[in-house]
Amino acid sequence: MSAARLSVVTAVAVVAALAAVSGCSEKTDAKASDAIQVTATDDSCKVSKTSFPAGHVKFAFENKGSKVNELYVYAPGDKIVTERENIGPGTKADISAELKAGDYEVTCKPGMKGDGLRTKVSVTGAGAPKKNDPRLDTAVAEYRKWAQSEADATIPKVKVFTDAVIKGDIEGAKAAFAPSRTGWESTEPIAESFGDIDPKTDTREDGLEPGQKWTGWHKLEKSLWATKAISAEDKTLAAQLLTDLTGWQKRVGTAEITPTSMANGAKELLDEVATGKITGEEDRYSHTDLSDFKGNVDGAQKAYELLKPVASQNNPELAKELDKQFTAINTLLAKYRTGDTFVSYDTVNAAQRKELSDGVNALAEPLSKLAAAVAK
Amino acid sequence: MSDENTTEAAAPQQDGADRDTTAERARGPVSRRAVIGWTGAGIALGAAAAGGAAAAVRTGNDVQPAGSAGNVIAFHGTNQAGITTPVQDRLHFAAFDVKTDDRAELVALLKEWTAAAAAMTAGKPVGAGAVRGLPEAPPDDTGEALGLPSSRLTITVGFGPTLFEKDGKDRFGLKAQRPTALVDLPAFPHDNLDATRSGGDICVQACADDPQVAVHAIRNLARIGFGKVAVRWSQLGFGKTSSTTPDEQTPRNLMGFKDGTHNVAGSDRATQDEHVWAAAKDGAAWMTGGSYLVARRIRMHIETWDRTPLKEQEDIFGRNKGEGAPAGKQREHDTPNLKAMLPTAHVRLAHPDSNSGVTILRRGYSFTDGTDGLGRLDAGLFFLAYQRDVRSGFIPVQKRLAATDALNEYIQHVGSAHFACPPGVRDSADWWGRGLFEGK
Repeated sequence: MSAARLSVVTAVAVVAALAAVSGCSEKTDAKASDAIQVTATDDSCKVSKTSFPAGHVKFAFENKGSKVNELYVYAPGDKIVTERENIGPGTKADISAELKAGDYEVTCKPGMKGDGLRTKVSVTGAGAPKKNDPRLDTAVAEYRKWAQSEADATIPKVKVFTDAVIKGDIEGAKAAFAPSRTGWESTEPIAESFGDIDPKTDTREDGLEPGQKWTGWHKLEKSLWATKAISAEDKTLAAQLLTDLTGWQKRVGTAEITPTSMANGAKELLDEVATGKITGEEDRYSHTDLSDFKGNVDGAQKAYELLKPVASQNNPELAKELDKQFTAINTLLAKYRTGDTFVSYDTVNAAQRKELSDGVNALAEPLSKLAAAVAK
Repeated sequence: MSDENTTEAAAPQQDGADRDTTAERARGPVSRRAVIGWTGAGIALGAAAAGGAAAAVRTGNDVQPAGSAGNVIAFHGTNQAGITTPVQDRLHFAAFDVKTDDRAELVALLKEWTAAAAAMTAGKPVGAGAVRGLPEAPPDDTGEALGLPSSRLTITVGFGPTLFEKDGKDRFGLKAQRPTALVDLPAFPHDNLDATRSGGDICVQACADDPQVAVHAIRNLARIGFGKVAVRWSQLGFGKTSSTTPDEQTPRNLMGFKDGTHNVAGSDRATQDEHVWAAAKDGAAWMTGGSYLVARRIRMHIETWDRTPLKEQEDIFGRNKGEGAPAGKQREHDTPNLKAMLPTAHVRLAHPDSNSGVTILRRGYSFTDGTDGLGRLDAGLFFLAYQRDVRSGFIPVQKRLAATDALNEYIQHVGSAHFACPPGVRDSADWWGRGLFEGK
């Protein structure tokens, strides 16, 4: 979205990459005996130390249970700092991570599902982040969980779409296009936070950089609605879209999310509506803009609802206004519902677009104040 | 106008003191542009001419931010500023639709708007300003007027007929308060009105000598209003076409002519009381000291006009082009001999003598909104006229003009609105529309 946003995100990605690299190398400032022992059974997860200094940390994981296990280290808001999947019964694994000072949760996931068995640990040292209101950490964790569930639910819908393209089924692909996008649209700030996925999957023709190859949803949209033909290349692009989105699904857990970024993400979703959907630019061939519009609003509303316990305490008037405006925009959108989807945007006239635009402004303006209300 | 500010004169503040220089303004407005254009000696003379009171108040007032050092027109007063105020160079005018159904919410907005307007006209930013406040939050003020003087900014509000009643519905319990003078304007011959450039529940007229200051005012009010009101249409004006200071030359319109030379003077309180300000006996008590505003977007067929011979142009207006003198006269302000003009001449038809003495205060601006897609300038006159009652003001004059004005071949009215502009905001406890919503 914005350059600033991308740069922050890129920096996060780089740090993660560096951490991963150092994790693989044997260059270590911690002796093997300094490793933190994590001993898992099917219903327990024992961590040998709950306080240790910041820096290079090694976890010596031992699965003494009968189920396949996983180790996760979560930062507040359930951000995955490091993880290892598929640790079989009776096996051991060493997992390294570069941990900054702060609070974490070392988590075993017997059977590789659920929230896992968690042990709070404290990493000591200078520069520990200020502790958040625990309600906000919960909000971030819940938001991440919701975003993950949206991503998980999206992949099968994407597959319906890409399978249809690969089969050369134009009508089937057209019908599956809008539904394949809603989960992406509702969580778009997270997807955009990775920097590299959005350009591959959601770029419009006018947004291409010189020399950039056009891939993703909108290229296929143009083939289906404007060219009215599926080329061999489109079939390759469809397969690539599924691959890229599966990568997105896997990375939701590592996204850098803060209460402020959640709030600003909600505002940015409305910005997307205001600049792309209201004008009909987003889905210019399929005219399914209202479906994306709804996805954006739902995503913004989810973030708001999770932040509301804190926001309504700090700024009750703002919360009241946001409740009202979310209701108003949803009521307005509902007028354009037809079955499971929305009317084609090219049937929405200028006066109706103005009404939608007014509704978006009415919501987006107070929404721009949400970040301050949770940052107080 | 000087008698309307006695309160402020008694307790001189920056705002009041400046508005009190009306008498001096009659000798020549001290606009920012004018000051800049003068020589050093001229500036000194100008300062002296501007009046000791204002100068004395400004000196030593160190708490004011630098941005407020320009000429400030007092916001508070008996009448709203921006009507008889010497016409500023630039305009941004906006008409709003009220989106909320909640009267209390509308009242809260009008109060918030009033506070913001008072700040901006004093050269101050809105709320906590453009660069203060939480870093996580968007600033209260949008910031493009930072460091700019107030530039004689005036912000004038008005209420349209649809605020009182729309589609047969008494939206805010105001129907009974609708002044009988606030009529729905009749259709005039040749009107080609665009609904999306016409009407509106509330209007805001922002005038300043700096376009950025005027745009900043509308932009910030629109932003404050999101959710409660939405901009229905807005119009930028880049050059004034009228003057309320009689010894000033009348500015030319885009046809190259001086029009409306015989305007109501800002210093002529008697004429204003008769023709501009609504009086208690006129009906709606809350409008006492207010004025009725007609806004018309008049598109000029610039290209065809430019192909018209000089003689024909002058005959159409009833003036010469160079001096602006009425037909057969020497000087702009010479009393016109209407009979020397063609019966269809613009000046002859619009003159009070042809309209039983009808006088309206004109405050229009030239506009150019780029081109129209056919390569023609989308340009013309954004006509603004204030009067005590349109039924004895704009309507009869326009009926006459629409029927026979030779100028009609070169113009077309494409936007239209009528607003009741309430009296001035008295003090910091008062707000736009208080009389309407709470009664006097």
